[in-house]
Amino acid sequence: MSVAAHALPVPLTVLPRGARALVHCVLDDTPVIDDALHSTVGQRLIELGFVHGVEVEVIETMWPIGDPLAVRVRGSTFALRRREASAILVTLT
Amino acid sequence: MDTANRQLADLHIALVGVPNCGKTALFNRLTGSRQKVANYPGVTVERKEGGFRDRGGRRYRVLDLPGAYSLSPTTLDEAITRDVVLGRVAGERQPDVIVCVADATHMPLSLRLILEVRRLGYPMVIALNRSDLARKRGFRLDVAKLAAALGVPVIETVAIAPAGAEALIQGLAAFEARSPLPVVEGGGAVCELAPNRAETERTQQLVPQILAEVGYREPLRTRAAARADAILMHPAAGMLVLGAVLFLVFQAVFSWAAWPMDLIEEGVGAFGLLVSGILPAGALQSLLVNGIIAGVGSVIVFLPQILILFFFILVLEDSGYLPRAAYLLDRLMGGVGLSGRAFIPLLSSFACAIPGIMAARTIPSARDRIATIMIAPLMTCSARLPVYALLIAAFIPARAVGPFNLQGLVLFTLYFAGVLAALGVAWVMKRFLSKRTYHPLLLELPDYQWPDLRSLAMGLWDRVRIFMRRVGGIILSLMIVLWFLSSYPAAPPGATGPAIEYSFAGMLGRALHVVFAPIGFNWQIAVALVPGLAAREVAVSALGTVYAMSASNAALESALLPVISSTWSLGTGLSLLAWYIFAPQCLSTLAVVKRETQSWRYPLIMAGYLFALAYLASFITWRVTLALTS
Repeated sequence: MSVAAHALPVPLTVLPRGARALVHCVLDDTPVIDDALHSTVGQRLIELGFVHGVEVEVIETMWPIGDPLAVRVRGSTFALRRREASAILVTLT
Repeated sequence: MDTANRQLADLHIALVGVPNCGKTALFNRLTGSRQKVANYPGVTVERKEGGFRDRGGRRYRVLDLPGAYSLSPTTLDEAITRDVVLGRVAGERQPDVIVCVADATHMPLSLRLILEVRRLGYPMVIALNRSDLARKRGFRLDVAKLAAALGVPVIETVAIAPAGAEALIQGLAAFEARSPLPVVEGGGAVCELAPNRAETERTQQLVPQILAEVGYREPLRTRAAARADAILMHPAAGMLVLGAVLFLVFQAVFSWAAWPMDLIEEGVGAFGLLVSGILPAGALQSLLVNGIIAGVGSVIVFLPQILILFFFILVLEDSGYLPRAAYLLDRLMGGVGLSGRAFIPLLSSFACAIPGIMAARTIPSARDRIATIMIAPLMTCSARLPVYALLIAAFIPARAVGPFNLQGLVLFTLYFAGVLAALGVAWVMKRFLSKRTYHPLLLELPDYQWPDLRSLAMGLWDRVRIFMRRVGGIILSLMIVLWFLSSYPAAPPGATGPAIEYSFAGMLGRALHVVFAPIGFNWQIAVALVPGLAAREVAVSALGTVYAMSASNAALESALLPVISSTWSLGTGLSLLAWYIFAPQCLSTLAVVKRETQSWRYPLIMAGYLFALAYLASFITWRVTLALTS
C-alpha cells in the first residue's frame, strides 16, 4: 500500500499552478447545463477525460482567486471555472 | 456489364468530429469552393454543405456538422450534430455514411466520440486527420490494428495537403446510398441511445487500452508552448498582450478600413453623378441614382470592415489565441452572462455593428451568440459620430472642466452609456431568460499552430459571399423602399417647403411627431428620423433636406449648426443625443440580425427593446433638462 492510495481526495481547485495529481472521481451533483438537453457539467467532464486514474496538471491559473484555471488532461488543455473544477476530486501523487 | 453501366446514386456523407480536430479543413479539402453556407431552420447554427465528384463521376454531398465532444449535447450546436446523425432534423436527410474525423495527434477525445458514434451502428469511416503531424512527432498509428479494434475502416488524411483526402474519397466509393428513411421529428429513442454516466466511464477506460495497442503517443507540451502560455495566459502580461491585440484589431477596423470605404463611397457617388448626367431628370433617374446605386453602395461599403475584421478573427482563431483570450476575459464577461469570446464581436461593433454581429458566428454556443448579437448595437458605432458631432457642437459649450473639455466629456459619456446599457441588458437576459441553468466555461485550449492560408482565404470568401448574397438583398430592398417613401408623392407645383415634407416619409414623420413631442423632438426631427432609418449618419443629411439646404456633405454640418442651435432648445438637443445612444436607426443592422438568427423574432425584439430604451432615455433627458433650465 503506497502513501498515495491513502491520500484523501481533494477538489482540483486546491492545487497550485504547476501541480500534478490523479483524478479520483467527478462528483455527481454538478450543475445542469441545459434543462432541455438534460446535460450536466459532470457528464461533460467525464467525456473530456476526467476519469479515475488519469493524471492532470494545473498549467495556469487566473488572478485573483484562480478562476478560471487551465488543466492539462491526456494531452489536451481545458479552461475550467472554479465551480466546474471543484467537481473533480483528485489525489495527490 | 450492367454493374459498369449502373448509375450510382449520390452519396450523402456527414463529417462528425470534436472541435479543433481539423474537420473544417478536411471539409474544405474535399469540397473546395463548392460550398453552401446557411443556417439550420430556426436556429443560429451554421449549416455547411458542399459536394464533389470522384474519378468515376459519382457525386457526393458532404455536410460539415458542428464540432461536438459528445452525442449527449450541452449546446444547441451539439444537439444539431446529434439530431442530424440520428436523422431527426426535419428537411435534413440522414447521412448514408458518417465520417468521423479524428485528430491523430490528440486521439483520446476523438476516439471516445468514435466509440459513441459506433454504438449507433450506422455505416461509418474514420478519417485519421493530421497523420503527417503525428509522423513528425515520431509515431505512426497502426491503421490496420485500429480498424480491427473498432470494426470500421480507418483512413489517413492530411487536410492541409493538396491530395490529402484522396484515400478517403477512394474509401468512400465502397459505400452505397441508403434509401432515405422518413424523418421522425423529435422521435428516436434518445434515452436509450445516450450513454449514461457509468457507460461513459467504461468507454473512457477502454480508450487508453485501444490507444496503447495502436502505438499512440500522448503529445508532450512543448517548451515553446509552455513559454507562450506563461506569457499569453498570465493574468498581467497576458492582459497587456490582449490589450495590444484588441487595439490593433480596433485600429484596423476603424481606420485601415476608412480609405477603402471612402473610395467606395466616392466611386458610388461619382457613378451616380455619371448616371444623372446621362439620364434626364425624373423618376427613373431618381430611382437609379438615389435608390439603387446609393443602395448598392450602402451594401458594399461594409465589405472592407468585414474583410479586415474576419482576417484578424480567423488568424487569431486558427492560431489558438482566441480561446486563450476568452480564458483571460472569462471573469469579466462571464459575470454578466457573456462568453469570453464575445469581446471581438463587441469591440468591432464600435466601428460598425454589421461586421460585429457577423463575427458572433465564431462564438461556439448558440445561446452566447444570441446574447452577443442582441447587445452589439449598443456599442457606439462610427456612424453615430456625425450625429454626435453635430449635436455636441450645437449644444455643448467647448468649456474646460478641470483638465478636460466639456464636449469631450459628453462624447465619452455617450460611449460609456452604451457600454453600461449593454452590460445591463446582458445581465437582465442572463438573470431572467436562462435562469436555473448553469453556463459552463469548459473551453478547450488547442495547441498553437500557424494558420492555414487556404482555410483563411476560404473563410474570408465565405463571409463576403454570405454578406453580399443574403444581407445585400435585404439592405438594397429596404433602401429602395426608403427612397420611395422619401420621394413620393412629389411636391405639388408651387410648393414652398422642401419636397420631403409632401412625401410619405414627411407625412409619417408628421404623424409620428405626436409620439415624439413628449420627448422634446420637433416635427423636423420626426421627419428626418424616417429616412434616417437607413443609417444613423443619414439623419444629418435628412435634417439638411428638411431644412431645405442643398449643401454638400462637408458644408452641410456648418450650414445646419447655426439653424439647429438657434431653433432647438437645449433639452431637444440633449434628448436627441440620448435617443441615438439606443435607437436602432440602422435597418442594415436589423437585416443582418434577421439573416444571422434566421428568424424575424430577434430583430423585432431588438428593435422593440432598443426603441423602448431610446424613448425612455430621451424622455428622462428631456424632462430633467426642462426642470433644470426653466
